[in-house]
Amino acid sequence: MAQADIQTVRTSKGQEIKVHTHLFINNEFVPGNGPLIETINPATEEVICSVHSADESDVNAAVKAAKTCFQSTWRKVSPSEKGRLINKLADLMERDKDEIAVLDALDNGKAFTVARDVDVTDSIACFRYFAGWADKIHGKTIDTTFDKLCYTRHEPLGVVGAVIPWNYPTMMAVWKFAPALAAGNTIVMKTSEITPLPLYKFAELVKEAGFPAGVVNIITGYGQTTGSYLGCHPDVSKMAFTGSTVTGRKIMESSASSNLKKLQLELGGKSAQIVCADADLASAATWACGGIFNNHGQSCNAGSRILVQEDVFDKFMELFIAETKKLVVGDPFDEDTFQGPQISKLQFDKIMNYIKIGQEEGAVLAHGGKRHGEKGYYIEPTILTHCKNNFRVMQEEIFGPVVAIATFKTIEEAIEMANDSEYGLAGGVYTSSLDTAITVSNEMQAGTVWVNCFDIFDQSTPFGGYKQSGFGKELGKYALQEYTQVKVVKIQRAGL
Amino acid sequence: MSQFIVETDTPNGYKLKLQTGLFINNEFVAGSDSIDTINPATGKLIASVQAADKNDVHTAVKAAEAAFNGPWGKMSALDRAALMFKLADLIDRDNEELSQIETLDNGKGITFARLFDVKQIAISLRYFAGYADKVHGKVIDTEGALSYTRHEPIGVCGAIIPWNFPLMMLGWKLGPALATGNTCVVKTSELTPLSAYKVAQLVVEAGFPPGVVNIITGYGAVAGDALARHMDVHKIAFTGSTAVGRLIMKAAAESNLKKVTLELGGKSPNIIFDDCDLDQAVRWAHKGIFFNHGQTCCAGSRIYVQASIHDEFLKKFKEYTSQTKLGNPHDDDTFQGPQVSQTQFDRIMGFIDTGKKEGATCFMGGERWGNEGYFIEPTVFTNVKEDMSIVKDEIFGPVVTVSKFNGVEDVLSMALDTEYGLAAAVFTKDTARALDVSNRLKAGTVWVNCFNELDYNTPFGGFRQSGIGRENGEYALDNYIQVKTVKININRKP
Repeated sequence: MAQADIQTVRTSKGQEIKVHTHLFINNEFVPGNGPLIETINPATEEVICSVHSADESDVNAAVKAAKTCFQSTWRKVSPSEKGRLINKLADLMERDKDEIAVLDALDNGKAFTVARDVDVTDSIACFRYFAGWADKIHGKTIDTTFDKLCYTRHEPLGVVGAVIPWNYPTMMAVWKFAPALAAGNTIVMKTSEITPLPLYKFAELVKEAGFPAGVVNIITGYGQTTGSYLGCHPDVSKMAFTGSTVTGRKIMESSASSNLKKLQLELGGKSAQIVCADADLASAATWACGGIFNNHGQSCNAGSRILVQEDVFDKFMELFIAETKKLVVGDPFDEDTFQGPQISKLQFDKIMNYIKIGQEEGAVLAHGGKRHGEKGYYIEPTILTHCKNNFRVMQEEIFGPVVAIATFKTIEEAIEMANDSEYGLAGGVYTSSLDTAITVSNEMQAGTVWVNCFDIFDQSTPFGGYKQSGFGKELGKYALQEYTQVKVVKIQRAGL
Repeated sequence: MSQFIVETDTPNGYKLKLQTGLFINNEFVAGSDSIDTINPATGKLIASVQAADKNDVHTAVKAAEAAFNGPWGKMSALDRAALMFKLADLIDRDNEELSQIETLDNGKGITFARLFDVKQIAISLRYFAGYADKVHGKVIDTEGALSYTRHEPIGVCGAIIPWNFPLMMLGWKLGPALATGNTCVVKTSELTPLSAYKVAQLVVEAGFPPGVVNIITGYGAVAGDALARHMDVHKIAFTGSTAVGRLIMKAAAESNLKKVTLELGGKSPNIIFDDCDLDQAVRWAHKGIFFNHGQTCCAGSRIYVQASIHDEFLKKFKEYTSQTKLGNPHDDDTFQGPQVSQTQFDRIMGFIDTGKKEGATCFMGGERWGNEGYFIEPTVFTNVKEDMSIVKDEIFGPVVTVSKFNGVEDVLSMALDTEYGLAAAVFTKDTARALDVSNRLKAGTVWVNCFNELDYNTPFGGFRQSGIGRENGEYALDNYIQVKTVKININRKP
C-alpha cells in the first residue's frame, strides 16, 4: 500500500518539483499506516498527489520519538546551542525560500509572490526572533522568610503537540515550532491534510540543520482521527491548536478526558473595522480592503465586518469599491495575482451560500458575489452593505472574500456593535482623533486592535483572542509562557 | 438579612451568630434549596445553609457583570486596593470569630486556624492589593508603528473552592482577581460554607460596591456546573479533585471556552537521603503528611528513605508521631482534629483496609480514634510495593507510605512514576545532589530540607495532572488578565 516517498508534482506553469509524501518521524521519512490522502490543487481542482497519513500507531511512534529525544538528548542541549540550531534552520529556509513558497502556493492556492514575500519571509523572521530567546528564559529569586532561598525555574513542558490549519501552511507551523523549540520542548506537529506538502520540504531542512532525531516530528492526517489521537495522547504535555472554534472545543474536551494537557487555542474571528467620519478615508479604504481580502479572506483575524460612520458612508464606499476593483484574481503563479482560489470545494460552497444568505437577510450586494472563471475555487471579492449587526453574515465567520458592512451614528454605538460578537480576535479603528483612537482601542474586546492600519504583524507583539476566539498568545515574549511550566524550589537553611 | 442568622455555641462555649444566606449583590438572600453542614468533631448538625441552583448562579453572575460594567470597572486601582486593605484589616480584627467558625465547620485545630488559615487570607488580600496599580503592559519597538500591550481584566471570574482550607482558598482567588480589576462569583464547598459568609459580612462593612464579590454555596454538580458553563463568565478557577477538574474543563469546552485554571490532586514524594539531618527530616516529614490531617493537595504522602537510615527513620518517625495530639479541635493544643466528613472518613478507612489487604504492613495507627466524629489515627504503612493503590492513589488523609531506596536513580524512577506533579521534597546536605534532584523532579514545588512551606509570593501549582496555572506571587496575575496588543500606525503602508 505504500507509495514511494518522493513524488513529482507540477505547477500550472509547468515547473516540476519533487515532494516528500511520507511522515517525518525521528529524522526519517517513513510511510504511514493511515489511508493515502489526495491533496488537491485548488486552482485547477485536480489532484496534485497523494500523501501518507498517520494512524494511531504512527502517532504513538512520533510521540515516543519526541519523548525519548526530550528525555535523553534535547533537554541536555545548551540553550545557546538550541538558539544556534534554530538560526541555522532560518538560514536554510532563506536559501530554499522559493521552493517552499512554490509549495505553499501550489497546495494552498495563495499567490506565489505573497507566499514568498509574506508567508515564508515572516516565517524566517519568526525563527530568528525566537532563536534569540532560547538562552534568555529566566526564572526569578523571590525573598520570603530569612531562612529560605526560593527561586523559580521556567522549564520546558516536554512533548508538545500541535495541530495547524491550511490557511498559512508554513507560517502557522513556524509560529508553533519557534517558541516551542526555543523553550526547550520537542514537538509532534499534525499539518492539515489539505496542505501537507510545504512542511515536508521543511522537514528536510530540520535534518540538514542538525537537529537531533525526534526533536521535530511532522505528520498529517484527518482531524477526527490523527488529530484526535494526538489530542488524547497521555505523553503529550500540551496541545497548541489553530483552527475553527468547533474543533477547538473538541481539543479542549479531549484534554479533559485524557491527561489535562495544557492548551492553547487560536480560533475563529469576526473582527470589526470601524471607519470614523474623521478618518483619512482614502487610507482607510486601502487598509480595510487588505484587511478583509488578504489571503482571500481566509484569515482568522480578517476584518470581515466594516462599521462606517453614517456621514461618510457614500464617500467611503466609493473609495472602498474602487480599491476592491483593483484586486487581481487569478492563477497563483501569475506575477500580478493578488487573490487565488479558495482552498477547497467545501469552503467554496460554504462561502457562496453565505453570499446568498446575506442577501436573503436584507443585505445589498454592492460588488462581486459570483464565481470567478470556470475552473478552480475562485470567488470574486464580494461586498454586502446595509447589514444589521444581528445578520448571520455579521455574526458567523465566513472565511472567504466577503465583507459585511453596516453603519453607525456615534462611536459608542460602533464600539457596542463591534463587541456584540462571540468572537474577540482582533479589530481596527480609522480616525484622526487621538481620543477616539484611545477610547476605541481601550474598549474593544479583542486581542489585537489596529489603529489606522490592519493586518500588520510583528514577531515581537503578541497575538491571540478574547472570548471564543481562544486563549493563549503566539509571537512575542508572551508566547514563551505557553511553552514553559514554572517550578519553584524552596531551600531551607535552619530547622523547624 | 437577619432571617438567615443561626445562633449556636462551639463545644468550648464560644457564641456564634452564623450567616447562612447566599451572598449576592451585597445582600444575603434565599437559595432554591438548603444543605446541612455538619460538625465533623461530633457528627452533629451545625446549621442548614441556603444552597444555590442554576438560577441563583445566574443572578450572581449578572450582579458581578453589572458591577464590572459599573462602579468597579471605573474605580481607580488605588481605590480598589484601599478596599482590599480594609477587608484584610477587618479579617484581622475578627480573627477569633473567623477561627472559631473555621474550626467548627472544618475540624482543623483552632491554633492553626488562628495563626495560619485566617492570617493567610488577610496576607493574600494585602499582597495583591499592593499589585493593583502595578499591572503593566509593555511597549514593544516595531518599525513604523507604536505597539503596546494592555493587561486587561477579564470581567466576571468564577471560582470553585474546596473544603480543606476554606478561608485561605478564598483569599488565593479573591486576591489576584480583585487586584486586576475583575469581579467574582465564588462557590464555596457545601461541606464548609460558613466562614466565607462571615467574610461576606466584612465585604459589606469594608465598603465594596454591590456585586463585586458574590459568595454562594451549593452542590458541585448543580451550582459548580452552572458556574463552569455560564456564558457570561469568561474565566473559572477550580481547586479540588482531578476527577472534577476534568468536568470543569469539559464544561468550559462545551460552553464558551472560558479560560480555566486547575489546582488538583497530588501524591507528592518526600525523598530522604542518608546525609540529611535526620531529626529535622523526621519533623518535616511529619508536618508534610499530618498537617491539616493529610487533607492537603501537596501532602508528602509517599516517603522514600535511603536504605541505611530507613529503620532509624521509622523508629524516630513513630516516636515523633506518637506525640501528635488528637482531640477537640477547639482546644488550643490540638494538632489533629477530625477528617472533614463521613464520606472522607469512609474513603480513608477504605484505603487503610485496602493497604492491609494488598499486603502492606500497618506500622502504626490504622484505626478510628475516639467514639464520636470522624477522627483517624495517624497511620504509617511500610513494606509497600510501588503498584499498591495506597502508593499510587491520593488518599487525602493522615496515611503515609514509607519505602526504602538505594540511590538517586532508583528513587527518582519511583518518585516520577505518577500522573501527578504537584510537589516533592528532598532532604540532603549535599548541594549538588539537592540541585540535581530538584531539577529532575517533575513537580510545581520542590522543597529542599523542608516541607509544606507555602508563601503567598512564591507560585504554587501542578505539573502534569496536578493542574494548570500557578497561584500566589506575581505569576497569579496572569490568570486574571487578558492581553490586548494595540498597534498605532505611524508610517507603514498597506
